[in-house]
Amino acid sequence: MFVAIIFALVIIASIAFHFWSPWWWTPVASNWGNIDSTIILTFWVTGAVFVAVCLFMAYCVWQYRYRPERKAEYKPEDKKLEFRLTWLTALGVVALLAPGLVVWNKYVTVPDDAFKIEVLAYQWGWNYRLPGADGVLGKTSIDLVSDENPYGLDANDPNSKDDILVMDADLHLKINQPVKVELRSFDVLHNFYVPQFRAKMDTLPGIITYYWFIPEKTGKFEILCAEYCGTGHYAMRGYVQVDEEKDYSDWLAKQISFEKMFAKNSKKKLLVAENKN
Amino acid sequence: MSDEYIDNKIETKSADSSSGGYAPPADHIPAKEAPDQELYHAKSFWTKWVFCQDAKVIGVQYALTATAIGMIGLILSWGMRLQLGFPETFSFLGPATYYQSVTMHGMIMVIYLLTALFLGGFGNYLIPLMVGARDMVFPYVNMVSYWMFLVAVIVLIASFFVPGGPTGAGWTLYPPQAILPGTPGSELGIVLMLVSLSLFVIGFTMGGLNYVITVLQARTRGMTLMRMPLTIWGIFTATVLALLAFPALFVACIMMTLDNLIGTSFFMPEIFTMGEKLETGGGSPILFQHLFWFFGHPEVYIVALPAFGIVSDVISVHARKNIFGYRMMVWAIVIIGALSFIVWAHHMYVSGMNPWFGFFFATTTLIIAVPTAIKVYNWVLTLWRGNIHLTIPMLFSLGFIVTFVNGGITGLFLGNVIIDVPLSDTYFVVAHFHMVMGIAPLMVVFAAIYHWYPLITGRHLNQTLGKIHFWITFIGAYAIYFPMHYLGFIGVPRRYFEMYDSPYMASGVGLNQFITVAALIVGFTQFIFLYNIFTSWYKGEKSERNPWKANSLEWHTPDYPPTHGNFGKELPVVHRWPYDFSVPGSDKEYIPQHVAPSEVPAAKVEKT
Amino acid sequence: MNKKELNIFKLLSEKPWEESQKAIDDKHDGKTLTLSREKLGVRTIMVVSTVIFSLFIVSYSDRMLVHDWRSLSEPWLLWINTIILIFTSFVFHKAKILSDKTELEKAKNYLLLVGFLTFAFITGQLLVWQHYVNLGQYASTNPANAFFYLFTALHGLHVLGGLFFWGRATTKLFTKNYNVLKIKQAIELCAIYWHFLLIVWFILFGLMIAT
Repeated sequence: MFVAIIFALVIIASIAFHFWSPWWWTPVASNWGNIDSTIILTFWVTGAVFVAVCLFMAYCVWQYRYRPERKAEYKPEDKKLEFRLTWLTALGVVALLAPGLVVWNKYVTVPDDAFKIEVLAYQWGWNYRLPGADGVLGKTSIDLVSDENPYGLDANDPNSKDDILVMDADLHLKINQPVKVELRSFDVLHNFYVPQFRAKMDTLPGIITYYWFIPEKTGKFEILCAEYCGTGHYAMRGYVQVDEEKDYSDWLAKQISFEKMFAKNSKKKLLVAENKN
Repeated sequence: MSDEYIDNKIETKSADSSSGGYAPPADHIPAKEAPDQELYHAKSFWTKWVFCQDAKVIGVQYALTATAIGMIGLILSWGMRLQLGFPETFSFLGPATYYQSVTMHGMIMVIYLLTALFLGGFGNYLIPLMVGARDMVFPYVNMVSYWMFLVAVIVLIASFFVPGGPTGAGWTLYPPQAILPGTPGSELGIVLMLVSLSLFVIGFTMGGLNYVITVLQARTRGMTLMRMPLTIWGIFTATVLALLAFPALFVACIMMTLDNLIGTSFFMPEIFTMGEKLETGGGSPILFQHLFWFFGHPEVYIVALPAFGIVSDVISVHARKNIFGYRMMVWAIVIIGALSFIVWAHHMYVSGMNPWFGFFFATTTLIIAVPTAIKVYNWVLTLWRGNIHLTIPMLFSLGFIVTFVNGGITGLFLGNVIIDVPLSDTYFVVAHFHMVMGIAPLMVVFAAIYHWYPLITGRHLNQTLGKIHFWITFIGAYAIYFPMHYLGFIGVPRRYFEMYDSPYMASGVGLNQFITVAALIVGFTQFIFLYNIFTSWYKGEKSERNPWKANSLEWHTPDYPPTHGNFGKELPVVHRWPYDFSVPGSDKEYIPQHVAPSEVPAAKVEKT
Repeated sequence: MNKKELNIFKLLSEKPWEESQKAIDDKHDGKTLTLSREKLGVRTIMVVSTVIFSLFIVSYSDRMLVHDWRSLSEPWLLWINTIILIFTSFVFHKAKILSDKTELEKAKNYLLLVGFLTFAFITGQLLVWQHYVNLGQYASTNPANAFFYLFTALHGLHVLGGLFFWGRATTKLFTKNYNVLKIKQAIELCAIYWHFLLIVWFILFGLMIAT
């Protein structure tokens, strides 16, 4: 009696916790609201199954508790029942999976008009690179990385000269513009994750990974590294500021292109070298 | 009944001689069950209790070693919880220490505690007894298996004392960071970890060889595969999985050791770190992840399948009812085992692998939910119309059902590729896997210990302490991990030493403190359990033979508790499956497996 | 009744609680396969080793596609080692045939020859290593080198493991303190294992010369 009641109470408390807890998703700030919808669907379907199975268990514990005079039923199997339960479960699983795969298909299909930007991760921080007027990011190679050329851009690639280098943990994006983030890492695995955008992907040294989204709300959102990357993992933060058109242009105007930075850095290096002499 | 036994002896002999007829001559060796069977009989204290070849003693050795290292894992978790609940309060915990605790806690719990306990501990103790064998088929190899495990554990512990400390690479040990200086313990710590794992794999393979072949070839007469208790089915399938999956870990360990020690580039791409470019290049970190999870996912089922099996038997015995849908239960175990090899990349949806893999692995992963759900239905349907004794093993089994269903359905979230995108690497994942492969299997471990402790020691565990242990562990653990999912919903990433004042995290402070307090209480309760185990060994209430009135062979040995050789002079002959409880027509409430039909004439089972 | 037909689907659909099935099951001798446990043990080990080598081969193929791959030139010594290994397998087969006929004294000589040849193979492999080291081809020089050292080392360790059991059997033959059936089985199992290692070597060596 007591046992069955406590088990039932645990389930009821779980439901109560869900309804009264202040903890739930942060409001979505990108186009991935349909990820939330699939989660909500899964949440209610599986939640119902959980509650039903556990309450049924509690009921059995109460109804069929030990009685000296009772004799348990002898029933090795019930094909019909098992068959039904199997198909019902399979149906439920399909209902959860199918919408998920549809959304995943969207997630991995980048629209052609997406604005390509590079996120460069290192232990432990973030840098960014935006294409210049040509809209194309220049080629990079890790062999070219040096003090003057912190991103390892290929100076011979005509596309690279006007690339804008944001050597700062804060990134600005224009509202309602589809963005394809190309993820690059200098050293180990990282993961570019903004909870409000719902999207994430690991960055890997040696290859470029990507995902895309459309920022749909202005505001300042925290970037968290979501793949363990060493002692400073927890401190690897940054911000994405989603701006209206005008604020964005203002910010962009203050950023420096690769050509200028390279020239400046080279000059600085020259000066340092001369001073040494 | 004695007639039966003599019969058996003669038939065994004739069976052996007839097998020589068609098999290659060299293949013919008298079976161990023949009268002059060759068990190693211990002559001294050392060979009887230390370098012992008796699977029962080896099982206990495995279990004690696993528990000892598991306690270290438990204590490490306290350090982590203190930091998460009350940051900046405990100065001894820096980020490096924190990450080392995370790593060692994970590795210890998954491999050195759960795997060793289920397969090495319960597997060794129960397989020969439950299938009606005198011992494992290769007792010497079995002994070496334990000692390899012990050496692996010692190497693991040694890594705490080397310069730089143990590795802090996370239990997944992803390169390149595992062997780069930005990670704690990237010099000797990681090397010792890899060596320890390799030793574990070698040692396990020796043990696994025994478990598989004993189940396949050394069962007693009448014990068909479909008459085996589900415990054996679970352990057997898990062992097969382990034999096929551990090589992947072994391969990954060897290649990473070489990357670390002699500078090869199996997993190391071109890397620019600390202001210079390393000499590595061309290697693939994703290859490591594939190898790791090709081992890592079956590993989940290596822990889960024995738990499934054991809990089925415990529920059946204590509900006095046959397990509902035995055949379906066996099929589910086999199907889950087979499927577990083609779902591994669901741990890698956001790893940067080809995104089109997502479709395949999400589908296979969700297919696994079907046989798993059937198992859950069948456990609950076994309770239906049973006659349930709410003993402590039964309580833990009920606790298992709740935590397993909870952890299982959150698996449906994470397996569905698009839902995994926002949830991966958050506390939702932490809550999910602790619920489903931490708490749920541990519930079964406890159920099994309370269930079989009388068999091992001849005494019961203290019931009051047992009830306290159950209620605090079940409710406490549920209170830790159920709310933790919600931290994942708000987006808190895992493996964060500190969240500082992230806006959406501020609201979780109270929750984190609550979880920490609950974790400390649950952790402390486990010491009550250990106290119970050690004191009951000498002082516990004496148990009569077969206290739970179970049918399987381990309870029906001539000596109780079973002694060396398990079954006295003659091996039992099996006449039925182990679930003949409350058989219609019979005046007996239960009919043990070795009872011949002539002894229970009235028992009649209708065709299904 | 001992001849087992292993139809896994039929086996798994038995209903152990039914009277008709019980009557059949009561006659079961408790063995699933008609194999000695030792033979099954060796097969299991071969399966596990096969998985290990396959995973290495998969890694090899994956790694090969990267641009920094430089194939290794195989020295003629490797061919000689391969021939030695083939010959060893052949001799072991002879020894096995003799032991099946219980001509253990003759088999003993063949076993000694096997040991000699196997040690020669191992020495040969070490010489190949030395050859590469002298050329400055270390494991860290190139991934192909790394895999070469890894494959040969792993195969060599398997051979050494086999030699341990070969040593036990051969010593027993010399001390005359043995059970005929057991020694025959030991020789047969060692022979199987040697053939297995030969096949593994063919695949590894073939892979390395083909790429």
